[in-house]
Amino acid sequence: MSDFPFLSVLTVAPLVGALVVAFLPRSRPELAKQVALGWSLLVLVLSVVMWVTFQAGGDRFQFRESYPWIPNWGVNFTFAADGIALVMLMLIAVLVPLVILASWHDAEASKRSVPVYFALLLVLECTMIGVFAAADVFLFYVFFEVMLVPMYFLIGSYGGHQRQYAAVKFFLYSLVGGLFMLAAVIGLWVVGGKTFDWQALSQVDITTGTERWLFLGFFIAFAIKAPFFPFHTWLPDAGGAAPAGAAALLVGVLDKVGTFGILRYCLPLFPDAARWFAPWALALGLIGIIYAALLAVGQNDLKRLVSYTSIAHFGFIGVGIFAFTTQAGTGAVLYMLNHGLATGLLFLVVGMLIARRGSALISDFGGAGKLVPVLAGVLFFAGLASLALPGTAPFISEFLVLIGTFTVNKPVAIIATLGIILAAAYVLWMVQRTTQGTLNPALSEVEGMRRDLTLREKVVVAPLIALIVLLGFYPKPVTDVINPAVQATMQDIGSTDPAPTSGGTVQEAAK
Amino acid sequence: MSELQLPSIDYAALAPTLIMLGAALLGVLVEAFVPRRHRHLVQLSLALLAVLAALTMVVLHADDRLITIGGAIAVDGPALFLQGAILVLAAMSLLLIGERSVERGGYFVAQAAVTAESAEDRRQAEGQNGATEVYPLTTFAIGGMLIFVAANDLLTMFIALEVFSLPLYLLCALARRRRLLSQEAALKYFMLGAYASAFFLFGVALVYGFTAGIPGRSAGVDFATVNAAVTESPASPLLLFAGMAMLSIGLLFKAAAAPFHVWTPDVYQGAPTPVTSFMAACTKVAAFGALLRVFHVAFADARWDFTPVLGVVAVLTMLVGAVLAVTQTDIKRLLAYSSIANAGYLLVGVLAPNAEGISGTMFYLVAYGFSVLAAFAVVTLVRDADGEATHLSRWAGLGRRSPFYAGVFTFILLAFAGIPLTSGFTSKFAVFGPALDGGQAWLVIAGVLTSMVLAFPYLRVVVMMWLSEPGESTPTVAVPGALTSAALAIGVIATLVLGVAPAPLLDLATGAAEFVR
Repeated sequence: MSDFPFLSVLTVAPLVGALVVAFLPRSRPELAKQVALGWSLLVLVLSVVMWVTFQAGGDRFQFRESYPWIPNWGVNFTFAADGIALVMLMLIAVLVPLVILASWHDAEASKRSVPVYFALLLVLECTMIGVFAAADVFLFYVFFEVMLVPMYFLIGSYGGHQRQYAAVKFFLYSLVGGLFMLAAVIGLWVVGGKTFDWQALSQVDITTGTERWLFLGFFIAFAIKAPFFPFHTWLPDAGGAAPAGAAALLVGVLDKVGTFGILRYCLPLFPDAARWFAPWALALGLIGIIYAALLAVGQNDLKRLVSYTSIAHFGFIGVGIFAFTTQAGTGAVLYMLNHGLATGLLFLVVGMLIARRGSALISDFGGAGKLVPVLAGVLFFAGLASLALPGTAPFISEFLVLIGTFTVNKPVAIIATLGIILAAAYVLWMVQRTTQGTLNPALSEVEGMRRDLTLREKVVVAPLIALIVLLGFYPKPVTDVINPAVQATMQDIGSTDPAPTSGGTVQEAAK
Repeated sequence: MSELQLPSIDYAALAPTLIMLGAALLGVLVEAFVPRRHRHLVQLSLALLAVLAALTMVVLHADDRLITIGGAIAVDGPALFLQGAILVLAAMSLLLIGERSVERGGYFVAQAAVTAESAEDRRQAEGQNGATEVYPLTTFAIGGMLIFVAANDLLTMFIALEVFSLPLYLLCALARRRRLLSQEAALKYFMLGAYASAFFLFGVALVYGFTAGIPGRSAGVDFATVNAAVTESPASPLLLFAGMAMLSIGLLFKAAAAPFHVWTPDVYQGAPTPVTSFMAACTKVAAFGALLRVFHVAFADARWDFTPVLGVVAVLTMLVGAVLAVTQTDIKRLLAYSSIANAGYLLVGVLAPNAEGISGTMFYLVAYGFSVLAAFAVVTLVRDADGEATHLSRWAGLGRRSPFYAGVFTFILLAFAGIPLTSGFTSKFAVFGPALDGGQAWLVIAGVLTSMVLAFPYLRVVVMMWLSEPGESTPTVAVPGALTSAALAIGVIATLVLGVAPAPLLDLATGAAEFVR
């Protein structure tokens, strides 16, 4: 079964689905939704089979496929997945069907074509899978850039308030980052002997000065994508304006491309430069954790608030990556997965609240728990997961990042811990202002607020809650897949774990 | 008294040029003898047939590598590749020029001599059939371009320059509507073009002087002699630099590079849109074909002298094109500034000191030609009662009114912005890669930075079309005739194919990237 071309099929399948959905008649929106959902479930099934086939202790890169594309430039369609990519692919496959289900009525509100909305979601899935599955730098770049187009139209055509501004800002920021990367990609191609193959490029010796410039080119692109402070200003706008489902994918998956890119490209290809820049990257991560958390506390718009919490979380992931220990690295990758689940859930739940109230402002809520107790409960759970309460999955990843960092860099770990306190502040205060306290009289007059979670919505949130709890108590299946890949990455940059605390810690924490 | 020695002429190798010029002469006769009502069909068929015949000859002689008529013409890889490119793009332009169903009577004025804005003028704008002189003029221009990219000495190059420029000046003046704008554009183009030609000619004279006195050679302006003179001439290098500078001015003017670009927006806006598309696609190919030949053959050994200067010109061109494109409110002017910026990217390819630079530039020319033709084809379709609606505010909400054409135009704009899976991305890679490989990192960085700026105006048009609500004055998209549809389809499909599977054309360009000397 391992000979089956999983990655290319997974990449192409959503695209085919998108074409089918796009050409369904506009007058039959229900059919389009069902086909899109069915198709994304098909992708999920295939992904599960792939996950089972993956040998956790086997080769670093598995499912490798390669077909020639532009021989003149040494470009190939090369796909391969390591443990990190596998986890992200799984996250995509899980999130997309849930997002489709959650967005069931979103497109109708916009007066625009419903089939096109779901087709765009499937196109987005195709490019997201492609970007994580690519093992050819050129191919990666192609997916990295093309990914912008469906997202641009999802925000611009189906978004809420200020959608045009947000869509353009998102596109321009990402494009600017992408063009920096393009220059670095071309530079890498020239110094690497006219090849784009990741494995060949990781063997190339580059002079120190060139290496630093190339690192910067890639890093800026990924830092904008992730986003790290100070390249983050597009995310609150885009996250605030995007329809809730698209926002969940934007923050849950799209932004992980940035951190994934750093792990896959910046560290192994430019190890010396990565070590040289690490203090700066750690500083950016720390500033992001504190600064974004403070801004989140002050937000009155639910979706913007969630966006800012994500920027703080990306700070944690950045710290985990640049601490250069296996625990911190594993924690960072696990964080990418858990953040996708927790924030995805948070965005979807917030979306459900906003759809009922017709407003995203926290001040328009108040005591909503009395009207919609189940929904309020789910929001509370999503909030707790987001602030990394023990027992939920994000706790393990945050804890791994902090202890992994503490063994090598105590001040950074201590400052980062402050972020946990602030997280409690913004989450609990948000939950309190929306669902607790006395009932806002205006709220009870809104028709939608009298309807608690529907069956469809319960189906959307249940798998996410289950996964968050499950991975909170038993993350071993995931860490077993991630660990070898992170260890290999740490070897690439020539970093060894400090002797006394290495080894069993991951297992202990993951007990 | 020595006997006159006739040069040997390889007629077969020259056939494409001879066919085009012959067809142009025939076209003049058609004007004189064929009844008016048949002329349009006869002229259009004649021009298209000639282009096809010439293209066939180019393909049949694709392996020729020779210099003929006494060293005046070089038939080699780049010449044949670029001639093929010019002919394909010219065929598409001819389809746009020949369209008569979108605008009644075609895009051209019936009688150019009628005073603009007079009652007579309004009458002819209403429905009289456009002048058919445009076909012989276009055919002459194509013939001149074919010589221009194959010229092997500076004088032949100058003559070719005039042969293709003069018909273009005239064509610019022949718009059916907004005739004052069109005539102003033509006059501006003619005046500035005449200056540029004068510079070129003066440059030729200086270079001729520089070639005098090489041991064992007589003075001359063929590229082999110039090339030898660069290293061996006893004359002051100042003569060479001044000559090179003046030649460059003449060529860069045609290529629309800054600071010789000022004519471009006015002419692109004023000229009839099919003529604009012809200039944007074919003139660009011709101008850069000549630039490649001059700098890679004649002045190849003076590379270290001209590269910094031309590099500054390239950076300036990219900057001016990108920054001023941001402020434009007219779609034709926006495309004009985008064409200027693209001239800058092409110059990056020209300055790459390797064969990949040559093939990359040629690839870029073809890819850009297809996209820009498709873009202008859409511009001809967006119109109201007064002709084309080119002001950007009028394009608001076009995506709702006609999603298909708005989608097509969006795709082309994404190609211009260099998004992968379009030819815009592969062609940028094709010129930036060799330039970086050749040590011109600063040009590549400037190219990348200006691409960021340039993305904004393109994106603004996309926002206008899709994300704005249609207003009262949003024009409709006219149903294109068969000719425009064909040109549009070819352009869009080529933009996609060259973005997804560029390998065949790249192979072709790589195989053709060697000049004969």
